[in-house]
Amino acid sequence: MGMYEILFWFLTIMALGSALGVILSRNPVSSVLFLILTFFAISGHYILMNAQFLAIVNIIVYAGAIMVLFLFVIMLMNLNADTEPQKNRLVQLAGVISGGVLFLVILAALRSTPVIMVEKPSTNIGLIKNLGKTLFTQFVLPFEISSVLFLSAMIGAVVIGKREGSQPQ
Amino acid sequence: MGTLMRRNAIIILMCIELMLNAVNLLMVAFSKMHGDSAAQVFVFFNMVVAAAEVAVGLAIIVMMYRKVHSVDINILNRLKH
Repeated sequence: MGMYEILFWFLTIMALGSALGVILSRNPVSSVLFLILTFFAISGHYILMNAQFLAIVNIIVYAGAIMVLFLFVIMLMNLNADTEPQKNRLVQLAGVISGGVLFLVILAALRSTPVIMVEKPSTNIGLIKNLGKTLFTQFVLPFEISSVLFLSAMIGAVVIGKREGSQPQ
Repeated sequence: MGTLMRRNAIIILMCIELMLNAVNLLMVAFSKMHGDSAAQVFVFFNMVVAAAEVAVGLAIIVMMYRKVHSVDINILNRLKH
């Protein structure tokens, strides 16, 4: 168990550290790079939990597509050094306190759940064959509806981003 | 915490992505604990929703940038006047 635990703690510290780096860094580009590091750490956690399909999908979708979109938009707007003035100290303090209170609530909720004795869960849950079986038998309707959702999001993004005054044909 | 503290709209969107990812991690852990694979299917749909939301959110930010040439969210306060 030694290697497992060392890897777990390493991934945890990397994920938490880079998440803090996303929030606290001044430069938006370094925030994006920290976010990519966070996604890789979380995908490592998924692999540790034997959810291989989700780890690969995570890397492809998040670190591959979404972060590239973010970088494109940041480069388009040329936000190099951070040009935002700080929010005043009171609002920052309120943000930190509300985040801390949320953390305490989550911790308290975790304390009071009974620890269910793990009854030897089957270790092939995360394999893509079993996941695909569940996905396409039990969850066919959400699957099709999510394709409609993608279509509407794509159309919406194009409509929002269209420039005014396009030439008439 | 990052959503409340920063004024740059892009960083707020990134912190929302962080929150969605944290929920995903939790659901995968629970799925492993209970031996139920429905949670991993939910994680999959969560990623779908996050990807669609990022696309639309970035389109809105690009539109805002074209109007006011800044991504400061305090400028949006002007909508109430």
